[in-house]
Amino acid sequence: MSEPVIKCQNVYKIFGANAKKMLQEANGNVDAKTFQENGCIVGVNNASFEVSKGEMLVVMGLSGSGKSTLLRCISRLTDATGGKIFIEGQDLLKLNNKELINLRRNKMGMVFQSFALLPHKTVVENIAFPLQIKGIKIEESISKAMDMVKLVGLNGRENYFPRELSGGQQQRVGIARSLAVEPDIWFLDEPFSALDPLIRKEMQDEFLRLQDKLQKTIMFITHDFDEALKLADRIAIMKDGIIEQLDTPANIVLNPATEYVRKFTEEVPREKVLLIEDVMDSSTNNLSELKVSKDEIIENVAEKILTQEKSVAVIDSNNKIVGSINPTKIINTVFGGRKNNN
Amino acid sequence: MEFFKKYPKTFQWLFLLIIFFALCFAIDVPETYKFIRGQAEFVKDPNQSSYVFLGKEVRYYAFDVFWRLPPLLGWLPIWINDSLFFLMNEWMPIEVWNEDTQEFKSRPIILQISRNLTAFMTFLIELIREILLGGLETIVAFTSWDWIDKNPWAELPGLPWTIVAAGAALLSYKLSGKGLALFAGLTMVYISVFGQWKPSMQTLSFILVAAPLSFIFGLGLGIAAFKSKRVEKALYPILLVMQTMPQYAVLVPALVLFGVGDHAAVIITMVVAIPPMILLTLLGLRAVPPEVIEAGRMSGCNNFQLMFKVLIPTARRDILIGVNQVIMVCFSMAVISAFIGAKGLGFNLLLALNQLNIGLALEAGLCISLIAILLDKMSLAWANKQTDYFGNLTFYQRNKNLLFFAATAIIGIILAYVGTFLFKDTFNYLFEVPHNKGISTADFWNKGVDWIFDTFFIYIKAFNTWLIQDVLQPMRALYLRMPAVATIVLIVGAGYLIGGLRSALVVCALTLFIAFSPWWDRALVTAYMATFGVVVSCIIGFTVGTLCFQNKHSANFMLSVCDIFQTFPSFVYLIPVMMLFGITDTSVLIAVIVYATIPATRYTIEGLRSVPTGLHDAATMSGVNKFQRLTKIEFPLAFPHMMLGINQTIVFALFMVIIGAFIGTEDLGQYILKALSDKKGAGIGLTLGICVAFIALIFDNLIRAYVQKRKKHLGID
Repeated sequence: MSEPVIKCQNVYKIFGANAKKMLQEANGNVDAKTFQENGCIVGVNNASFEVSKGEMLVVMGLSGSGKSTLLRCISRLTDATGGKIFIEGQDLLKLNNKELINLRRNKMGMVFQSFALLPHKTVVENIAFPLQIKGIKIEESISKAMDMVKLVGLNGRENYFPRELSGGQQQRVGIARSLAVEPDIWFLDEPFSALDPLIRKEMQDEFLRLQDKLQKTIMFITHDFDEALKLADRIAIMKDGIIEQLDTPANIVLNPATEYVRKFTEEVPREKVLLIEDVMDSSTNNLSELKVSKDEIIENVAEKILTQEKSVAVIDSNNKIVGSINPTKIINTVFGGRKNNN
Repeated sequence: MEFFKKYPKTFQWLFLLIIFFALCFAIDVPETYKFIRGQAEFVKDPNQSSYVFLGKEVRYYAFDVFWRLPPLLGWLPIWINDSLFFLMNEWMPIEVWNEDTQEFKSRPIILQISRNLTAFMTFLIELIREILLGGLETIVAFTSWDWIDKNPWAELPGLPWTIVAAGAALLSYKLSGKGLALFAGLTMVYISVFGQWKPSMQTLSFILVAAPLSFIFGLGLGIAAFKSKRVEKALYPILLVMQTMPQYAVLVPALVLFGVGDHAAVIITMVVAIPPMILLTLLGLRAVPPEVIEAGRMSGCNNFQLMFKVLIPTARRDILIGVNQVIMVCFSMAVISAFIGAKGLGFNLLLALNQLNIGLALEAGLCISLIAILLDKMSLAWANKQTDYFGNLTFYQRNKNLLFFAATAIIGIILAYVGTFLFKDTFNYLFEVPHNKGISTADFWNKGVDWIFDTFFIYIKAFNTWLIQDVLQPMRALYLRMPAVATIVLIVGAGYLIGGLRSALVVCALTLFIAFSPWWDRALVTAYMATFGVVVSCIIGFTVGTLCFQNKHSANFMLSVCDIFQTFPSFVYLIPVMMLFGITDTSVLIAVIVYATIPATRYTIEGLRSVPTGLHDAATMSGVNKFQRLTKIEFPLAFPHMMLGINQTIVFALFMVIIGAFIGTEDLGQYILKALSDKKGAGIGLTLGICVAFIALIFDNLIRAYVQKRKKHLGID
């Protein structure tokens, strides 16, 4: 396997005057309470993970859980107090200012919760801003920005000012701006949290469409567990600066690692999250005529499966039978399975 | 006893007052004590005590230390003075080449810097003045007088007033619209027709130099303070004192350092105008959302790009409000610096007031006020103007205003040229209306004043006598009767009860500075006048504000009235009161009251408005009537904001009391005014200014501490 795009090793972020010293003395055993008594606040506590190329890692947590702080450590908007962060093998914390700026100008894009558009620039100027900062000529940057305007579906509004746009449209500009330099790594900090539910859903679909096309390496921050399930390849759930569990959506729903994670999964409609693959049996005897793909979401095929009496064959993308699924298993997963897991 | 247990604060305050009054009664007035008029402190008198500190001899009348503290800081003004003198005349002499005598001359470095600076300022002022009015100096600066003699054609012609008027109207139109354009045009025509063109342009040129320079330095220092905590910490106390220092007081050291004239006035105006610019820059930069800064960082901005492409454009509005403040301060200073010889409207106003020619003063004052309102509205319109997109406009659309201006300029020049034929024997009125050839209404006003005096003299006099004899004199006597120790105990105790130990210490230090200065008595008189003004202003302001608040339109109307009144340079207020009450303390106090009522009214309305509408609805639904709503809900919630209004009222009142010295009062202001004409006045003026600033800061500290506590208690912001 190739090198991970983002790699964190024991990252700590502690706010406060003696943060560095206290961290050293704690010897890797950071307890938020004792730190707080000494006037330090623990933002990120011993975070280690990797994100590989083209993968979308969603970091989920409630407000104050340290998820935004973690993102800012990795984009080095704030300096981590301890640990190591590698971006494509480069040690991020060792970069000098010039190298850091270079990295941001070419490799990173970021989208913000409050959109963070420049109020004095039009849509197209906002999008062209990172390009102009890089030193690209005005005409060239504007023409490139216009491509981005089309990509996010804002044609015809390129000369509007942010104040003249709705929230959803403003965030489209934010997304276009972050993509303008064609970064490999894409950070999104609660990009849809400030939007209305309907617009939010629309933007999530739009986002999935974009990612399908662009295949960026993504770190996506959200406090909405449903959003995390919908978008993520893998989810990291954070609480008090600690990553409680980092796994695929299915595994998080099926095997919550801690009581805290379980609480989140309780209300999740499993049929919408789990794939056939996640619940199938390996036996391939005594099957009905019907075949379902292992990559289908349960919800989409449940009705078909429930009309069968025998187990249904599960096939992979090459039409090869890899397992089976019994209708009672579907019923158990949707209605009863929750209890069993508890 | 139950009562005291329930309200421990009341008990503490009562205790403080008891101590205060006990001290007042226990300490008798010394038999030798009398309020010292004039400069008796510096007259040698065998009854005086004296001490020597740092080689400066301080003479003073010694009293019981409980009654008046000895002037332990009496050496400070002398020391400041001598140090300034030493810096200017002796410290670090350098060799300077003298063009005229063709030889090297030894000059102290500060003097040399000061001379170069003033020369530069003079050049700038002359340049703009001659663009507006015409003249020779600028060309001379680049060539020489000999060259001018040989080339008699070489003279800046100056702009005909028609072009300046059209330019002002066009700029106003671009910034705001037809209304302001009309106002700008009419103002300019008025100025011209009434023969005030020359002094107005002199004042304008002064502002056109002082304001941009103040803006640049203020922005730079604001950025520095934003970037470095250390710079901010160093600047903060200076800003605080400068904001509360009466403008008079800064003039005095300027005299010593830069001499007399427009150049000195410009430099000192900058000193006064830069602090608000710094504060608003800092405020604006701080208000930029952190995510916008992060977005800039993530776009790959370096520090320079971040500042000039992200932070400053985003903070544009606050920074431009700062420009508005700068212009207003410059204007106010342009009038006051007439005292150190700045030309223009202020000078004419001062002259007219000195001659008691109220009519002329009124005309000059009206001009000043009109220009002030115009500049205020223009700069505010600029601040509130949203950026427009120009990318897809044609050349004509983009440069419409510029083309219009070019057209009017050509028409103006043609008109002026035609004028030379039309007014062959007299002045060319299409070029400039000379000072004494305009329409003047001075006689009318003077007659009006005479008539008012003849008709209402008895009533005014009766009111005057009553106010002075029955209110002011007793109040003044009461203030002077306070033993120094009692006053200090009262102030420090209040500081402790309101803001805790920290507040008490700050207030104590500020009070002791004044108590150890030689002017405690004067400070008491200043305080009494300010107190009187503040109390009356607050009563009027709260009443008017509350009444106007009952109706949305009247509230808006009142706020815009406050806006307009606030733009008048403070000196202008003296004109109508002198017109009505002549040269008495009453005049000063009425000017103080009118001036200080503005913030009281404004903050009352704003405070009442800031009460959330949700609360209004909730109150209405619980069935309160209008009066109950006001007393039970709106007042308690608006009170912290109204207290900030009182804070402003105090600063305004003190400013006006000090300026009132021009009419003749016996407070600190009188000495500041005296210091202006005293060769050794710099130290005295500066120390007096600091004393006044400290009086304001004592109240500022107490009120802010109270407001903060109260706001926390109520859970607002």
